[in-house]
Amino acid sequence: MSAQVQILPAEESNQVNLRPDLLAIADLVKPGWRVLDLGCGDGALLEYLRDHKQVKGRGIELSESGVLACVRRGLSVRQGNLQEGLADYPDQSFDAVILSQTLPFLDNPAMILNEMLRVGRIAIVSFSNWGHWRCRLELLFTGRMPVAVDLPQQWYESPRRQPFTVTDFARFCRQIGILIDQQIYLNRGVRIRTGRFKNLLSTTAVFTLQKINPP
Amino acid sequence: MHNSVGAVSTQYFTFAEDEPFCLESGETLSPVRLAYETYGTLNADRSNAILICHALSGSAHAAGYLDGDPTKPGWWEECIGPGKAFDTDRFFVICSNVIGSCYGSTGPASINPATGKPYGLNFPVVTIGDMVRAQVKLIDHLGIERLLCVAGGSMGGMQVLEWAARHPQRVRSAIPIATTAHHSPMLIAFSEVGRQAIYADPAWNRGDYYDKPHKPDAGLAVARMIGHITYLSEESMQMKFGRRLQGLEKYGYEFETEFEVESYLKYNGHKFTRRFDANSYLYITKAMDYFDLAQPTGSLAAAFANATHIKFLVISFTSDWLYPSYHSKELVSALTAVGADVTYLDVKSSWGHDAFLLEVDTMTHLVGSFLDRLVREEQVAPPIGYTPRARLLSTSPDAQLRTHLAETLA
Repeated sequence: MSAQVQILPAEESNQVNLRPDLLAIADLVKPGWRVLDLGCGDGALLEYLRDHKQVKGRGIELSESGVLACVRRGLSVRQGNLQEGLADYPDQSFDAVILSQTLPFLDNPAMILNEMLRVGRIAIVSFSNWGHWRCRLELLFTGRMPVAVDLPQQWYESPRRQPFTVTDFARFCRQIGILIDQQIYLNRGVRIRTGRFKNLLSTTAVFTLQKINPP
Repeated sequence: MHNSVGAVSTQYFTFAEDEPFCLESGETLSPVRLAYETYGTLNADRSNAILICHALSGSAHAAGYLDGDPTKPGWWEECIGPGKAFDTDRFFVICSNVIGSCYGSTGPASINPATGKPYGLNFPVVTIGDMVRAQVKLIDHLGIERLLCVAGGSMGGMQVLEWAARHPQRVRSAIPIATTAHHSPMLIAFSEVGRQAIYADPAWNRGDYYDKPHKPDAGLAVARMIGHITYLSEESMQMKFGRRLQGLEKYGYEFETEFEVESYLKYNGHKFTRRFDANSYLYITKAMDYFDLAQPTGSLAAAFANATHIKFLVISFTSDWLYPSYHSKELVSALTAVGADVTYLDVKSSWGHDAFLLEVDTMTHLVGSFLDRLVREEQVAPPIGYTPRARLLSTSPDAQLRTHLAETLA
């Protein structure tokens, strides 16, 4: 489930070699928070959060190479898939649970999002937007399925993913009782003001999520 | 002896001379002797001590060369030493033999002070809990309040878990490797078949053979052969032996040793009888069978309720069918549920249970980085005179040494 996909390399911003969506996520994390990063890869985000925000971080990662890289960075990481991994944590044991660029690869996103909000006070997600105007034009003019700008993976490449747009995600969250709170929109790694045209202009969205009616 | 702690000697600690040592069974033992070795130097505030726990047939001799003899490397020589996973430049590493063993600690071959003869079956049955409580006495004796880390594989891993669950205030981190929190029925079954092989040997004589001309070597050899099979994997056996014949061109259609794998098992079974005591094998396998960490409290999570401050590095191996990965995952789940800090990796390996002695590079990465982090987070000062150096990987590409180590001390 932790997808080993090629994601656009980070641009040189703030001298930190962190993917732009991860930098945006990091901005949403408050100092000293307890954070769980799902599919944490090589641990770049968790290391950044530890070093810059004194975060107490934990990671879950499927690949051996990812786990080894995290351990080398001195992080606490468990090998496993998200579903099994999340199930072990007690309710509300983290301030934030992070899922970056993994949503389109999930078998059961509703279950994972609900689990994230059981385990964490808030969830932070980032995902590529297939609603961007380039994707729309690509389908219209070439008749080919668009490739997300920030996730250049062809339809036949595994792991399989489900394309969706910012609008799709917003509707989905309403259906399953999740509130989208803070929103950051990126266009090819650069933060943009979108006004009404979020879905048309953003290539990646970064949201914080909460339960609509927390118990 | 490059990058080794070099010549080492085994030391002994005797306790319970006046007041007997009470065992879980209700029996007592007096006196109790433990064999142990230490490598490296304690730092000023005694915070850099690491305890290594050995597996079923292991000894206190974990690193270096016993009395300088180049044919006697420690069983974890590849992981303990200057610049290695357990870096003896930075840490004070202790390896303690277990009670019940035949490597210098009080066991069934020791002299029973009541009779002046070896205990034999009069030796009380010991448990993993008893082994660890004896180690606690040793750590007290060495003047160490809290261990930086307790680490070990297989039965050593059970001791690690016992330390974490029952003596949590004495431990800051734990590395259980290729182990389980409870001995499964399958494991008990393999233990019992091994024990039955020993019982069936007439020379065993109900454990009373120490002054007889013959020891139950045949029984012990079969027990070891069974054990040895369980330490390998089908893949590693396929690679190592295939269906090759031993010194034959074609099948002989007879019951002599024909296949390489038969010859290998026979050789190792026989070799084992020269270094191990049959009664010790009975006692130690029994101790493992009794191991069930969840038992007194009812759940594994409850067993670790006071261990939430301990940082864990749990390691399993994909081809280990004796202590399969799901045993480690169960442990990781319980530790996560109580809020302990757990790092877990199921290392891809084809070596079966023996992988914990063979996957040296991955182990060095994992253990070395984990200990680096502990040093940073727990502010552990190095001993006086420490100069940092790069960590070694594959200290000896000598495959022969590795194979030798795995064959001698799984």
